[in-house]
Amino acid sequence: MSAGVFILVSVIKSVIVLVVLLTAVAYTVWLERKVVGHMQNRWGPTRVGPFGLLQPAADGLKFLFKEDLTPPHVYKPLFLAAPMMALIFALTSISVIPFGNSITLWGTSIPLQITDLNIGLLLILGVTSLGVYGVALAGWSSNNKYSLLGGLRASAQMVSYEIALGLSLVGVLIQSGSFSLRAIVDAQGGHFLGFIPRWNIFHGQFIGFFIYLMAAYAETNRIPFDLPEAETELVAGYHTEYSAMKFAMFFMAEYSNMITVACLATLLFFGGWHGPLFGPPLLQSLLPLFWFGAKIFCFIFLYIWVRGTLPRFRYDQLMSFGWKFLLPLAIANLVATAIAVAW
Amino acid sequence: MSFHLILFLAFGAVCVGGAVNLLAQRHPINSALSLIAVMAALAGEYLLLGAEFVAAVQVIVYAGAVMVLFVFVIMLLNAGEEEQTNGSRVAFLLGVPGMLTGGVLVAWVVLRQSGSETVPIGALPGRPTDIAQLLFHDFLLPFEVTSVLILIAIMGAVVLASKPETPAGRAD
Repeated sequence: MSAGVFILVSVIKSVIVLVVLLTAVAYTVWLERKVVGHMQNRWGPTRVGPFGLLQPAADGLKFLFKEDLTPPHVYKPLFLAAPMMALIFALTSISVIPFGNSITLWGTSIPLQITDLNIGLLLILGVTSLGVYGVALAGWSSNNKYSLLGGLRASAQMVSYEIALGLSLVGVLIQSGSFSLRAIVDAQGGHFLGFIPRWNIFHGQFIGFFIYLMAAYAETNRIPFDLPEAETELVAGYHTEYSAMKFAMFFMAEYSNMITVACLATLLFFGGWHGPLFGPPLLQSLLPLFWFGAKIFCFIFLYIWVRGTLPRFRYDQLMSFGWKFLLPLAIANLVATAIAVAW
Repeated sequence: MSFHLILFLAFGAVCVGGAVNLLAQRHPINSALSLIAVMAALAGEYLLLGAEFVAAVQVIVYAGAVMVLFVFVIMLLNAGEEEQTNGSRVAFLLGVPGMLTGGVLVAWVVLRQSGSETVPIGALPGRPTDIAQLLFHDFLLPFEVTSVLILIAIMGAVVLASKPETPAGRAD
């Protein structure tokens, strides 16, 4: 592939991935309102389009045309930069997620992934750990005590749960022997006993998946770990002072983080795009994408289900759960996996 | 000029600019953010040398964890702007010539050792497997001893931070 073709292909792939991601973000919001609505015995959005399907477009227009307020006492440079930082870091991590095998167009093999790094997983962890700055600086620069408390909670919570999150992934890394997400997925093809898929979750990483799930909820600030924006205590936490598109940017960052976390769980524990293939050749080439999308949908639904079900943790419960339960469990899982692999 | 060199110079400029800005800013949070920019640019330089693992760890550990704690402390104490001072005369008279001498000495040693050659891409052991081989095989004992040292430091911090109990067994 020549340099010109490479750049063209990369730009096209980036645009497609970004459009799909942002659409998915918009419809995850719609899905959440709809599903939580039905769980609470009400309808959710119904007015804009059939089943309220055009609600995300209406919301987007509303955010664009709303007055963009900047309160007088904020520290302006950081107040403006914080939502951008949150959104940029949230969107960056999708660049190393593989969606399927490569396809061949006009004699050129194109992998379904923006870029395949041999440190792909580390890049996601690094970018996620930078994402906390958006939230923390938003809380601080707003010059409001609720925002500051939200920002402080967010940074303490994310630093605490990042350790358990990282350790829960090491078990998978030991089994597959690579940081490249494509290599990790390729290692999960095939079956045990002819019918159980060779996914990592059936390959001794069930506890690892449990720890990952808990830590991922905390990293994305979702119920039951949504203390940085706990409405009953902190008004709206770190984004209390934000309005219009800046507020929407925090929401887009949160939901695209949810999607990245769901992608990562699918790739690391549920075999990525592996699934039963059947039918004519065209269907066979589209089925991996379908399986990948279906697995992500299950995770997003689980997120929403948990939000509709569980109450919020108290702050000391959150910290002691992270440090005294998840972290020792993650270390035990790591040691057990290492012994099993070395055996 | 190759693309590689342009990127190297760009990251280097961000690094030096961030470091100067770190000293020039009067608000602690701006200084902390400049330091994050320096760390991120350094990660870029490592990446250009082909040391991908070190670059990723630089971002995760320094930019992502250590600096989050810095920012956390600044936010928690709500540290305000520092007062501008005229600077100490001793620092100006001794510091600037000392810094120049040190810089010249380092440059002299580096140039004597390597000539004017630059490090080519991929010359350093950058792949995770190479690093693992070095850490857990070739230098296992120093690595483990360092980890014990860090453990001792953590325990020391816990002991110093915990409140001493009163003779009656109640902390007041």
